[in-house]
Amino acid sequence: MLAFLVQRISQALLVMFVISVIAFAIQDGLGDPLQQMVGMSVSQDEREAIREDMGLNDSLVVQYFRFAANAAQGDLGTSYFYGKPTLDVILEHLPATLELVIGASLIILVFSVPIGVYAAIRPQAWLSKFFMGISTVGISIPVFLTAIVLIQLFSIGVAVNPFPQDAGWGRWLNGALSTEGGLPSYGRGDELTPLFGTWNSGFFSHDGILHLILPSVSLASIMLPLFIRLIRAEMMEVLQSDYIRYARAKGLGAGRVNFLHALKNTMLPVITVGGVQIGIMVAYTILTETVFQWPGVGLMFLEAITRSDIPLIVAYLMVVGLIFVITNTLVDLLYGLVNPTVKLTGKKA
Amino acid sequence: MTTATISRWDRFRESFLWYSFKRDKIAIISFIVLLAMVLAAIFAPLLAPADPYDLAQINIMNSELPPAGMAGSDPAFPLGTDAQGRDMLSTILYGTRVSLLIGFGAVVLQAALGIVFGLLAGYLGGRVDSILMRIADVQLSFSTLMVAIIVGAVFKASFGNLMFGEIAIYMLIFIIGIAEWPQIARTVRASVLAEKKKEYVDAAKVMGFRTGRIMFRHILPNTLSPIFVIATVQIANAIISEAALSFLGLGMPETQPSLGSLIKSGFDYIQSGSWWITLLPGLVLVVLVLVINLLGDWLRDVMNPRLYKG
Repeated sequence: MLAFLVQRISQALLVMFVISVIAFAIQDGLGDPLQQMVGMSVSQDEREAIREDMGLNDSLVVQYFRFAANAAQGDLGTSYFYGKPTLDVILEHLPATLELVIGASLIILVFSVPIGVYAAIRPQAWLSKFFMGISTVGISIPVFLTAIVLIQLFSIGVAVNPFPQDAGWGRWLNGALSTEGGLPSYGRGDELTPLFGTWNSGFFSHDGILHLILPSVSLASIMLPLFIRLIRAEMMEVLQSDYIRYARAKGLGAGRVNFLHALKNTMLPVITVGGVQIGIMVAYTILTETVFQWPGVGLMFLEAITRSDIPLIVAYLMVVGLIFVITNTLVDLLYGLVNPTVKLTGKKA
Repeated sequence: MTTATISRWDRFRESFLWYSFKRDKIAIISFIVLLAMVLAAIFAPLLAPADPYDLAQINIMNSELPPAGMAGSDPAFPLGTDAQGRDMLSTILYGTRVSLLIGFGAVVLQAALGIVFGLLAGYLGGRVDSILMRIADVQLSFSTLMVAIIVGAVFKASFGNLMFGEIAIYMLIFIIGIAEWPQIARTVRASVLAEKKKEYVDAAKVMGFRTGRIMFRHILPNTLSPIFVIATVQIANAIISEAALSFLGLGMPETQPSLGSLIKSGFDYIQSGSWWITLLPGLVLVVLVLVINLLGDWLRDVMNPRLYKG
């Protein structure tokens, strides 16, 4: 176990090193920091002096180590646009993104488990086929398009009247086809509750929850089909196994077999794959936040790109890289803990 | 290829592939729809009523006209017009062309990278294998979209807006190809690992062939069917990635729109009620990706290759 732990942590450190090298290369390659700092009127000699003073004439290796040492102490430079330390800017925007991810994860959890289990137990039922069909279509719809359709349906509203409005049945059908709209599709709303530090939460007010609905449903829509398929596939595999057959032969009730014996072993791979997917969701938050103008780190990153705010871009890469590395390492360790049969040190069989 | 008397067409007609294709309604419908869309995209300059790249043909007075059948529509614009007064039907045809071009191009690039790296990793093993697969793991754990966004952002920042817009097609092919090669490399590696234990590889080694020849001439042809299957699905993924990048403003410029940038430019007008500018290209995008995915599913079931699970 200790060897496994050491191996995984050193691997994580190696990945972080590579990320920091890439981030440093971007910072070094894009733009001249001097140009951003001083105006046109500064003479060549003065420029050279500042250059020497800032250490820009040192070798790349020395500059990298200075960058890495600062980064390790939480100093990732100052944002050009916000005029404050980039890490503070990111910490201000991070809670919004986290709440979006939490909301989407809750939706995924609530829907994927029952649907996946049902589709595995009754693979031939029309409802299962319907859900599997929907999930195939769902995978083909990009997350920003889902978001736009949701905005059209539930924020703007759709009013269609293909049926005669004067007849009772016509009005009812028209009503069924039309949607009200009215859900907020912009930002997080004004009623945020301060929790601690920079965390202002939208979970504790009616308005905040309303603002959260459309973005988190959109974000969940891209992962939900994946999870349904995963749970179904794993569950079907478990249901084929000998111990399930034995439990059935012993005369245990279907509910007990399915939910106590089978589901427990299904959830194991689902949790580990799920952990990695939650990390991947960070990439999709960029798209979701753009559509809904959600003031999280994704939107901040995109704005940093359009403003050429290089320190902020670099800091975002480092922070997101760290989040990815930590989730992946935790998931790996967790998997090693709950499933002792996994080859711990990765020796070739 | 010993029987020269039977033509390739006859061989194809007797193959299991054709047999199962004839019996799968979903595959047939998907194939027909895809073929129609590809043909429409290829012949867009002939089919489209207007040339969306030609500024002289655009009249701003025609902007935001609804599709036929709605109040205020113009019969000259069957699918309505966008905010600049461009004919939606034409922009969608040209947009599909750009999206498909980038999708195919990106898959060709990632297949080239994936095949070379996958063969090297699988056949040589050892340190080459662990280094290449570690890179692939890290890239995949970041998700291909994230890698594409970061590479796109860096390119855009270093080339500048104008320059990036001019070479956007090549840039996007490069970005998506770089971001998604690990998928193919893993598949190739998995089948190379199974192939290299077989006797014909030993025979080739005994005959003294060079490693490169064994890898590309002997093993590669036997790993083609899983590559084919995953490449199909990857085209759909590349089209989605391109649309996502364009939607974020890191892709095709509005003057030379892909489906993604059409959706983006239409999104600004959805609040004013002009849903067709964004939702019609969106629908085309979804149908395109869906039929490719369905064909990919069918191919996987028929060829049943050893795909990397998950």
